Amino acid sequence: MPELSKIISELKNYNGAPLTFMEVCGTHTASISENGIPSILSDKIRLVSGPGCPVCVTVAEYIDVLIDYSKKENTVVVSFGDMLRVPGSKGSLKDAMASGGNVKMVYSPLELLDMAEKERNITFIFAAVGFETTAPVYAVLIEEAIKRGITNIKLLTALKTMPKAIEFLCESDSDIDGFLAPGHVAVITGIADFKTLAEKYNLPFVVSGFEGKELIASIYALTKLVKQGTVKNLYKRAVNNNGNETARSSVNKYFEPCDAVWRGIGLLKGSGMALKAEYSAFDAGSREIVNDSKINPVCCCSDVIIGKKSPLKCPLFGRVCTPENPQGACMVSTEGSCYSYYINDRRDF
Amino acid sequence: MTEGIFNIDMKITLAHGSGGKYTSDLINSVFESSYGNDVLAKMEDSAVVDGYKKIAVTTDSFVVNPLFFKGGNIGRLSVCGTVNDLLMRGAVPKYITSAFIIEEGADSEDLKKIAQSMAETAKEAGVIIVAGDTKVIEGCGGVYINTAGVGFVENDNICSSNCRAGDKIILSGNLGDHHAVILSSRMNIDNSIESDNAPLTDMVSKLLDNNIDVHAMRDVTRGGLGTVLNELAEASEVKMNIFENDIPVDSQVKAFADFLGLEIMHMGNEGKMIAVVSADDAEKALDLIKGSAYGENAQIIGEVKEGSGVVLNTSLGGQRIISVLRGEGLPRIC
Repeated sequence: MPELSKIISELKNYNGAPLTFMEVCGTHTASISENGIPSILSDKIRLVSGPGCPVCVTVAEYIDVLIDYSKKENTVVVSFGDMLRVPGSKGSLKDAMASGGNVKMVYSPLELLDMAEKERNITFIFAAVGFETTAPVYAVLIEEAIKRGITNIKLLTALKTMPKAIEFLCESDSDIDGFLAPGHVAVITGIADFKTLAEKYNLPFVVSGFEGKELIASIYALTKLVKQGTVKNLYKRAVNNNGNETARSSVNKYFEPCDAVWRGIGLLKGSGMALKAEYSAFDAGSREIVNDSKINPVCCCSDVIIGKKSPLKCPLFGRVCTPENPQGACMVSTEGSCYSYYINDRRDF
Repeated sequence: MTEGIFNIDMKITLAHGSGGKYTSDLINSVFESSYGNDVLAKMEDSAVVDGYKKIAVTTDSFVVNPLFFKGGNIGRLSVCGTVNDLLMRGAVPKYITSAFIIEEGADSEDLKKIAQSMAETAKEAGVIIVAGDTKVIEGCGGVYINTAGVGFVENDNICSSNCRAGDKIILSGNLGDHHAVILSSRMNIDNSIESDNAPLTDMVSKLLDNNIDVHAMRDVTRGGLGTVLNELAEASEVKMNIFENDIPVDSQVKAFADFLGLEIMHMGNEGKMIAVVSADDAEKALDLIKGSAYGENAQIIGEVKEGSGVVLNTSLGGQRIISVLRGEGLPRIC
């Protein structure tokens, strides 16, 4: 690959057929904005953000269930920080906290173990969202809980897997010419799933790291691979082509594939993971959440999430829908497309 | 100390806030003995001190948790915060007050350490603690401090609305240290990052004593550089154009921020400032700051331009708009 300055100049001066690439991972979205990458690319190269932010694809009904739990006696809802502001149909977990709901924020699900051990009379419900990357931590949590005889932890899972969502995008009428494949997911899954998709839909996938120069190199690689059904791994320092077998078998011990509902997409068969029947004592009713409903009927998150619409084309963007008053999940998480566009005053080039 | 009512091993109780014997013992043992100066020693209802033709006045409350952290504590912080706010208007800090709200169960030894640290920091910053108050409330051992400060002002032209196109923007040192220390402590993450909490008296007085043409100064506290620069840009109706490659950040803090998904531009500091100075004086100002206490990593990070907002020129050669901090700076989850 040529040196960085040459790549940047070539991407800036690209004058071929218009190209649209999708980054599927929310951390990629954030890094692209933070590094000012859209301002470096030619007008003919468009980046769109896919459904790779776990917070953004979480449905309103899921938040509603958590809020109900937070108001129950002897029950505490525990969550990552990003989830607190996601709007459900009756407000967010932050709102629930302000009106007396029991909600705690943690940085790692494993913090739950000590909490639960200390207060045995309290049931701790963890908002277990995430993709293939986060699932292994939940497997460790269950394993440790069993080992330590802790029974007052339950997961409300909304675990998603990437391949089915990408397949949905490939089947839809969006004009994507290639994917920046999610680096963190690939660390666990390896590249086999992406290879299958690449070959089936004749589209290039480049597994990318998260630093600005890595993303630039990956975008450059995509421009050279257009219309080729191939996978290129440019994140070799972290991604082994076979993924992490140990993490996968740990996940497979406790979880099994299930249908999952995605905000903005709806129900996708086999696109999620849920606890196996023998571990149902640790489940807080996750499989009952099957509906996707909008908070604001005008909200375009569903089109934004699949890369069909730029956040800037949503009539609510920046007017009614802001980080202070998000109408859809894409404006909530720092990894959401709308949030990222708003905060960085990102324009479509 | 009289009759042994107060000893340093005891926990604070509501009786210590009663206003009676327990209270005066607490004040004598912890505060007066630490702060000790002629004005305070009079124990009058208010302090009477010398004045000046113009004074700067400010107040700030400190509620940090934990009370002690690597490189500092709530006491040092409470002096630095108020002193630095005075300095940013070009004032020479002179007097501060200290009001404690203590939850019962607080540790007397901790209080003593906090008060002694305040005294040391006040000395370093060139101020005296002239008045104080103590209240005890129900709770579980928390300590909250309010400080107010007065400084003497010779020239009150240094203000947020005074930045002009062509000025240079100097940042006095590495970003994010304090924020990273507090989060590390809360998350039990072990590293060697220390808080930057420090009074900026030395660097500001060097700038003023050398008649540097300073247009505006702001300490870069909560909300971080992004928020402070936006406030200056708005107040002065100008654009702040800064360069990522010139912004000093400790590599450990950078790694910590990347790991948690924190934005360096929005991380809090307690001993850093921005000085906006005329282009002609910029290099001299930088040398003065670099040669003063806590200024060794100072850099010129950009310039003021006509326009609006804050634009960061990224190390990749891109540009992005930096907004003010929104929400609470919660970490990303993956």
